Amino acid sequence: MKTVFATSRPGRAGVWPPAPQTEPAALIEPRLLREKRPCLPELSELDVVRHFTGLSRLNFSVDGNFYPLGSCTMKYNPKFTEAVAAHPGFTALHPLIPQLRGAGHFTQGALEVLYETERFLCAITGMHAFTLQPLAGAHGELTGVMLMAAYHRDKGNRKTTILVPDSAHGTNPASAAIAGYQVVSIPSHEGIIDPAAMEKVLNEDVAGLMMTCPNTLGLFERHLPRIVELVHSVDGLLYYDGANLNAIMGKMRVGDAGFDIVHINLHKTFATPHGGGGPGAGPVGVSARLEPYLPISRVVKLEDGQYYLNYDYPKSIGYIAPFYGNFGVILKAYAYLLRLGREGVVRVAENAVLAANYLRARLRGHLEIPYDRTCMHEFVASVAELAASHGVRALDIAKALLDRGHYAPTIYFPLIVKECLMIEPTETESKETLDGFVDDLVDIVKTARINPAAIQAAPHHLPVARLDEVRAARAMELTDDAGLSEVMEITAESDTHA
Amino acid sequence: MPYIPHTPADQEAMLAAIGVESLDELFADIPPTLRASRLDLPPGKSEDAVLRHLAALAAKNRTDLLSFLGAGFYDHAIPAAVDALAGRSEFVTAYTPYQAEASQGLLQAIFEYQTAMARLLDMEVANASLYDGGTALYEAIMMAVRLTKRTRIVISECVNPIYRVMLTSYTTNLNLTLVTVPQRGGAPDIAALMRALDGNTAAIIVQNPNFFGTIEDYTALFATAHRHDALAILSVYPILQSILRTPGAMGADIAVAEGQSLGLPLSFGGPYLGIMTCRKALVRQMPGRIVGRTVDSTGKTGFVLTLQAREQHIRRDKATSNICSNQALCALRALIYICLLGPEGLQRTAQLAMERAHYAARRLGALPGVRVYNTGPFGNEFALQLPVRAYAVIDALLAKNIVPGFPLGRYYPGLDNHLLVACTEKTSREDIGILAEYIGGCL
Repeated sequence: MKTVFATSRPGRAGVWPPAPQTEPAALIEPRLLREKRPCLPELSELDVVRHFTGLSRLNFSVDGNFYPLGSCTMKYNPKFTEAVAAHPGFTALHPLIPQLRGAGHFTQGALEVLYETERFLCAITGMHAFTLQPLAGAHGELTGVMLMAAYHRDKGNRKTTILVPDSAHGTNPASAAIAGYQVVSIPSHEGIIDPAAMEKVLNEDVAGLMMTCPNTLGLFERHLPRIVELVHSVDGLLYYDGANLNAIMGKMRVGDAGFDIVHINLHKTFATPHGGGGPGAGPVGVSARLEPYLPISRVVKLEDGQYYLNYDYPKSIGYIAPFYGNFGVILKAYAYLLRLGREGVVRVAENAVLAANYLRARLRGHLEIPYDRTCMHEFVASVAELAASHGVRALDIAKALLDRGHYAPTIYFPLIVKECLMIEPTETESKETLDGFVDDLVDIVKTARINPAAIQAAPHHLPVARLDEVRAARAMELTDDAGLSEVMEITAESDTHA
Repeated sequence: MPYIPHTPADQEAMLAAIGVESLDELFADIPPTLRASRLDLPPGKSEDAVLRHLAALAAKNRTDLLSFLGAGFYDHAIPAAVDALAGRSEFVTAYTPYQAEASQGLLQAIFEYQTAMARLLDMEVANASLYDGGTALYEAIMMAVRLTKRTRIVISECVNPIYRVMLTSYTTNLNLTLVTVPQRGGAPDIAALMRALDGNTAAIIVQNPNFFGTIEDYTALFATAHRHDALAILSVYPILQSILRTPGAMGADIAVAEGQSLGLPLSFGGPYLGIMTCRKALVRQMPGRIVGRTVDSTGKTGFVLTLQAREQHIRRDKATSNICSNQALCALRALIYICLLGPEGLQRTAQLAMERAHYAARRLGALPGVRVYNTGPFGNEFALQLPVRAYAVIDALLAKNIVPGFPLGRYYPGLDNHLLVACTEKTSREDIGILAEYIGGCL
């Protein structure tokens, strides 16, 4: 499709605010004003509607396609939660109102949502307290590492390193490094952390361990109790990356297992939509000894049942977000939790694990499954043999799956398995969908052995064929220039400081 | 069970295929000592019961207030088409476009968003968005630190204090020094900012319009920063940017903004939108996702995530940032909003908001003992100096369901009598008349 800039017609507009009574120059000196109006699309409302409806049709989504993207928990997002978040009683609320002394009573409903969501998350994870401020999973990680640093600073501990298993999400080492720590990688053994290998790198410099459990191979860290003991023996803290909480929700509470810090992804486990990459939310829970460091503000419930924002936590790490988190996302997760209740939460984990193991069992014999034992919510398959024998790689398999109407699994991750496909079906996909996926995947592998070129050239039936990423990185065409010829002056001006 | 499709027969067949007897067997790897013994959640409710519960909570929020609260977050009209289009489930229920061929709609939309932001801010490139305006400012600082290998940041006290507190939180562990240069009369002291620059300064940070609403031209300041080889970072307000001198024209190296005003509801603080733009020469140090245009194997135009070598899933602890997503749906809303209004609509919206604020300043500034605190020109927001504590007015007006503005004393010691008043195109002259009448009544 043409870009929206290429379809612009000067003089059109979709929305016409009333004409102002003055010119800008009547209110402010011309030297403070823009020389030329910005070159932005001029379109009727219908033009805009057609354009974005057209774009939407070029997209795979959970509503349209099976989306077995490992570690992303692309489950169905219930529709009624959208209605909740769109309620004007929530959307029209200015976040600063409860910060005005004496205005807290204007936002009691919103504060109650925050308070109750924190309470639910504490119940599910067994943590002592939560902050809902982190705006995404990676933001939750950064917050968690900041909490770790605050704890050690307060105790006078001199800690410089954070341990991260080699199977961890790339965000873990990145978050630790950004918070000022050195990262020490721990090799996994048979897919999970080996306490003996860990002991070798464990010393007094270790601030903590970041662990994803189940890990990115979909395996539960069976040595967990020993690992917790080891990390705590050097006054290190245990960080739980909750990306894969969907596997164990209701089955195990990470707080009970001894974790000190937890981040969870509301957009994974708690069914809020991924929005094409965001907004998400990454609340962080802590054990009692870390509570004093949580970000401010915090929602407190008074004896009379009223809620208010408390800023009086002298050891707090401060503000990590402007307000109280991605409130619209938190609302959806809260509504989902109310709907599921105690019983539903347990069923989610059971059926997510059932679906993953079913796929693993069905694919056995067709794909390599390097760690072929009971998995949790996801598992990792590999096409390393096929790549060696027929030159058909995981990327090719992924593109061929798109042709059959399935989104592709996560590929080339975790890094420790060659040519891998990381498959997470979630609890919301029916057996027929899972069977259809298996049939297609098996057929693709079969085709790859007979006619590898057909798979290597996939996709054949999508809006575009395989895209040239190398060219994109080299050409660096990051903006459109359609329509810019009319405003050459501005371009020339911006070139002067290039 | 809601959202779980498996019938008992399905479950049985699946368990048989796996070769286990029960669901419980699948959890055998969890040591018995770690099994959850309790789950303190209420029983599940019907969809209708949850909707009623949430509607009752929403009713406990008062959204019928006459409000002049802004402070960086503004109540602009949102065309219904923004909700209708951004609410399409093909966008809402997709994820980060890892498989470009199956995500062309979203990728093209982000490419268009990058283009729109670059043009609105008059900068060369934009990323696919960050979490919010505050984290965008933090990421801008980190870019400057990486690029200059320096550790000192000079920031104007007129930058939104909420963001300044965030920056303090984020830089605590990083051996960075934040030097804050005090404001005077709601404006930065440009000479003092220039004097604060030195050979170890990574960046200077200012905001336009600033927290007090004051509008400046920072061209000379940025030129001075460049003479010290420091980067110039400017935080802006996107709506007013449609008429104000641009970051590009002033010579900014990085320009960021909170994008909430572009078609996102206030929604009690989020989700919002972090806009980040920069000079093209700096793009390899820019954090976050970036979409680029390319061709497919048949020569047809298409879009992909690009420059991924900067990112955490490849670079791990050497990445430019730990960010692995963006606010795609919020960026989409901003793009649709901009397309619906067009340049004319954006400029009208900005001008209307400014007209209302200037009218309000005239009305309120004429009250006995009240004056406009801003010494310089302002846009749609301004500070009032009252003859009484700001809270005396706020307390009295809250009782009438009016929020007269933000008490500056909350973040600026010594400004306890000062009230920050914002208008948008939704503020009417009648609203301002009511505000003037009630404030007048408390003096």
